[in-house]
Amino acid sequence: MFSLATLLVVIAMAMTLIRAVRGPTPYDRILAVNVHGTMTVLLIALAGFLTDRPDFLDLSLAYALLNFVGTLAALKFFKHGHLGEEQ
Amino acid sequence: MSLALDILSGACLFVGAVLMIVSALGVIRLPDLFTRLHGASIADTGGAFLLLIGMILQADSFLVGIKLGLIGIVLFFTAPTASHAVAHAALIGGLSPDDPGANQGREEAEEDRA
Amino acid sequence: MVSARTFSLFLVLFATWLLLSGIWDPFLIASGAVASLLVVYIAHRMSVIDGEGHPIHLSWKLLTYLPWLTWQIVVSNIAVCRTILSPSMKLDAGSGWVPASQTTPVGLVTFANSITLTPGTVALSVYPDTIQVHALDRAGIEELKAGEMNRRVRAMEGKA
Repeated sequence: MFSLATLLVVIAMAMTLIRAVRGPTPYDRILAVNVHGTMTVLLIALAGFLTDRPDFLDLSLAYALLNFVGTLAALKFFKHGHLGEEQ
Repeated sequence: MSLALDILSGACLFVGAVLMIVSALGVIRLPDLFTRLHGASIADTGGAFLLLIGMILQADSFLVGIKLGLIGIVLFFTAPTASHAVAHAALIGGLSPDDPGANQGREEAEEDRA
Repeated sequence: MVSARTFSLFLVLFATWLLLSGIWDPFLIASGAVASLLVVYIAHRMSVIDGEGHPIHLSWKLLTYLPWLTWQIVVSNIAVCRTILSPSMKLDAGSGWVPASQTTPVGLVTFANSITLTPGTVALSVYPDTIQVHALDRAGIEELKAGEMNRRVRAMEGKA
């Protein structure tokens, strides 16, 4: 069951990449990458179960936190052109 | 008991993975950014939580279950915040929430040509 | 000096350390205690340990709110999946304003996050007394205007 779920998640990730490439607006791309990241979190966790290595869950947790910060950083950079240094 | 658990967890994993596909399909098929956000939120809620529940049911130790639960808590708080950030940025960036036809990035293309 | 809230923050941090490491070695447990104390000290100096930074007073009421929210999420997941999978995909998407009667920032954020977490509705912008909502189906906005979720979050945050 884990291998089937992993396969389906990988297919879904490939589908979100289509939207990330097509756009049309930058927000569409950021949204697609955000969903891609959510799926990556679960793919890493599934891979941990598939290979019987529970350490992967730590990576998954770290990726969940990074994905959120990364989305916000990309949005902020796109909006302001910088990440908040002095004018 | 163990068999019932396996079936339940397998069903959760399968439905969760199918919801991920549906969500990706929504992100591709829906007509503009604001409607695509709804497709994306399926992956953040239904897909992610069913997959996590499926894995928790198969967890062989207490700590593994706790870690999966923590991933769930992190996603529970960050996913809507990230969606809201994208939606608000798009609203400020001039996309119209009531008119899907206006959000196809044409203005931007014209700017590039000019 | 050390309030119950500060102590509970320390307990939460220390428990997180123990559960994530899973190694019961005296040196690592001591390091965890020192690290948690350091974080609590810094948070205390930044004076972020208040009802907004560490809202433990909500935890019991959250237990009555979460099951209802989960049910809403399940119902709207099914509705949005049906919309996406329908071949013709007739959409009635649009935005509207929903009144929010919460009095605390934590309550308002909970309400906006609940709206966004439920598939089919997304909070676009948040103001102290109204929230602009985009819905995949305009019926979702009408349902929010009827105010059941608003009332439940208001009841959860308690008195002002």
